[in-house]
Amino acid sequence: MPTFWLVALLIALSAAGFYGGRRRAIATAAGNVKDLHSLPSYYGYHVALAAFVPAIGALAIWLLAQPMFIENRVSGMIPAEAIPESSSIGLVMSDVRRVAEGLDLAVEQGLLTAREARNAVAGEQDLRALMGEVGVALGSKVRPEVLNAAQAYRNLSHTGRIAMTVVVALLALGGFAFAYARTHKDFRARNVVERAVLALLILAASLAILTTVGIVLSMLFETKNFFGLHSWTDFFFGSTWAPNFRGGSELSILPLLWGTLYISFIALLVAVPVGLFAAIYLSEYASGAVRAFAKPLLEILAGIPTIVYGLFALLTVGPALADLFGKGGLLGVEWMTGATSVLTAGLVMGIMLIPFVSSLSDDIINAVPQAMRDGSLGLGATKSETVRQVVMPAALPGIVGAVLLAASRAIGETMIVVMGAGAIAKFSANPLESMTTITTRIVSQLTGDTDFASPETLVAFALGLTLFVLTLGLNVLALYIVRKYREQYE
Amino acid sequence: MNDMTLMDKTVETQNIKIAAKDVNVYYGDSHAIKDVNVEIEDNTVTAFIGPSGCGKSTFLRCLNRMNDTIDICRVKGDILLDGEDIYDKRVDPVQLRAKVGMVFQKPNPFPKSIYDNVAYGPRIHGLAKNKAELDEIVEKSLRRGAIWDEVKDRLDAPGTGLSGGQQQRLCIARAVATEPEVLLMDEPCSALDPIATAQVEELIDELRSQYSVVIVTHSMQQAARVSQKTAFFHLGNLVEFGPTGQIFTNPEDPRTESYITGRIG
Repeated sequence: MPTFWLVALLIALSAAGFYGGRRRAIATAAGNVKDLHSLPSYYGYHVALAAFVPAIGALAIWLLAQPMFIENRVSGMIPAEAIPESSSIGLVMSDVRRVAEGLDLAVEQGLLTAREARNAVAGEQDLRALMGEVGVALGSKVRPEVLNAAQAYRNLSHTGRIAMTVVVALLALGGFAFAYARTHKDFRARNVVERAVLALLILAASLAILTTVGIVLSMLFETKNFFGLHSWTDFFFGSTWAPNFRGGSELSILPLLWGTLYISFIALLVAVPVGLFAAIYLSEYASGAVRAFAKPLLEILAGIPTIVYGLFALLTVGPALADLFGKGGLLGVEWMTGATSVLTAGLVMGIMLIPFVSSLSDDIINAVPQAMRDGSLGLGATKSETVRQVVMPAALPGIVGAVLLAASRAIGETMIVVMGAGAIAKFSANPLESMTTITTRIVSQLTGDTDFASPETLVAFALGLTLFVLTLGLNVLALYIVRKYREQYE
Repeated sequence: MNDMTLMDKTVETQNIKIAAKDVNVYYGDSHAIKDVNVEIEDNTVTAFIGPSGCGKSTFLRCLNRMNDTIDICRVKGDILLDGEDIYDKRVDPVQLRAKVGMVFQKPNPFPKSIYDNVAYGPRIHGLAKNKAELDEIVEKSLRRGAIWDEVKDRLDAPGTGLSGGQQQRLCIARAVATEPEVLLMDEPCSALDPIATAQVEELIDELRSQYSVVIVTHSMQQAARVSQKTAFFHLGNLVEFGPTGQIFTNPEDPRTESYITGRIG
């Protein structure tokens, strides 16, 4: 039975369970709903959940585990000599899967009877042509080992499928019967449903956490592979970034880290004062009308895709800077050779971060109690004295948190630096030179023809992990500071 | 406590400190204060009483133009401080607030040290030439706020760490430090326990010797205890204004009598 019908059946069963449980509960109370411990629908939910949840859980696990199990069994059947020189067990297995799938399709479309399919012998019929007819393309003639394995594959999946249907159906019916039998007017169905809701919420919360853990682990494994191929001292303490796909690369993170931090620093130099002053204006000085108009406008900046900022850097800011500092420029100096530079990327990234800083700071400034401002104004302070001496000190920890969050965004930003900063990894204090960052190198190491066994590719994971640790550290620090600040007024 | 002896209290001076003439206040479309005329004397505690929403706090905030910070609020009529219209275009509200200090309903010390809280006003107005003078002002103000003995050993501790009553006395000391001529108090004891309330009331009575004090209160006992003059507000109107003893024992207006005896409010 296809999985779809199995799920449909489960839903139908739990719907029946809902009405059944409800009716039984009312019946045990002799029609008097007030005698029930819980509202009638809770008894319904209880039965429906008992029928649905264990069964669907088993189904999900089975669907995940069965292919792994079968793959394992079948790949053990293929003798080592059956694997061609240039191939690998993985490629043979994908042939096996395709043959099995082709046979199934052929039966489905009436080209073969089930019996013929089971007894198909390699070489006797032109299986490759048959497969072609049902839309499964094979690279070569079907070899007997592959066909055998494919038959075993079909057998196992067939049995697995039947077993799955039986197990799921039994669980559903068992759950239904158990819950139905428990349904009684004194049964605390409401509390059980409450626990089910709790479980659902915990599941949702843990999914997010598990995903993070999964991402970190996958990065960790690849990073470990990388350090197996490349020395960690060169990665952390080397001074040159010179990947070379013919081997002998120098892969040091330091020049990239320098570029990342330098560009982020310039971005923050732009974003923090402008964003903060914008926030102060909007929260302390602007009239309602101006605020209603300017705040959304400022936040539109946050909605612009970073690639658009990248274009802005490439087409507008970069050439403008080159006109100023470049050869034959307005200043008559020749400090800049191309349009891409640390300053280009930093300026544009700073603009991108303005709404980020301003809207977070605005919230934090607004959270400073009005009583503080009244107290200061009541003593004859002017508005700017009040902001400078009372509001800002009270909001400072929160603002520091906002700045750190902005910093971690700047460090992780990719598109603007790809287009604005150039691609040369080097140590230089000159903001008018091209530099590159960790994120852009990750992109360039993973695009194009990649070989996941070479350190030049795997270095991307080590870079990514380092970046992750860096931004995670900043975020944790920011959250810690923001939280500490919150305690003051609660 | 000593309600009945109040009648015999003499009002020493008759100088008019603040005179309000035909004051009307609007919040957007709603008419919050209607044609209020009142004369507040120097060296006197004047209490504003009335049910919630009657406009007494709004009127109090007109006296130092704190209502300017609310966009939709408009004030009409004249309020004269020492004969000068405080709503005149030439008057700087910031200067005015230095002369007419304010203490709020909820204690609102700044998140700074006790010393810096009190020194805040003198610093922004440049009242002290050097550190020694500032120290002197801070000590004097804290003494006047009747809190010096409790905090003299921990002037560097944050003001927010004090108890509610101490915080309110700190706020009074802070207001006093700028040497105002009038002190406005908006329900200064509503967030305090009875002991702290008694301390603050005692303080208010002492402050009378140097300032004109205007206090908004919900507690009629408090008005009777601390004030010499009482104004009763109802629905934006000033119903009755006179010596406290008279208001509480022999009110002229039936509404005042109803409020005092607890029938409206």
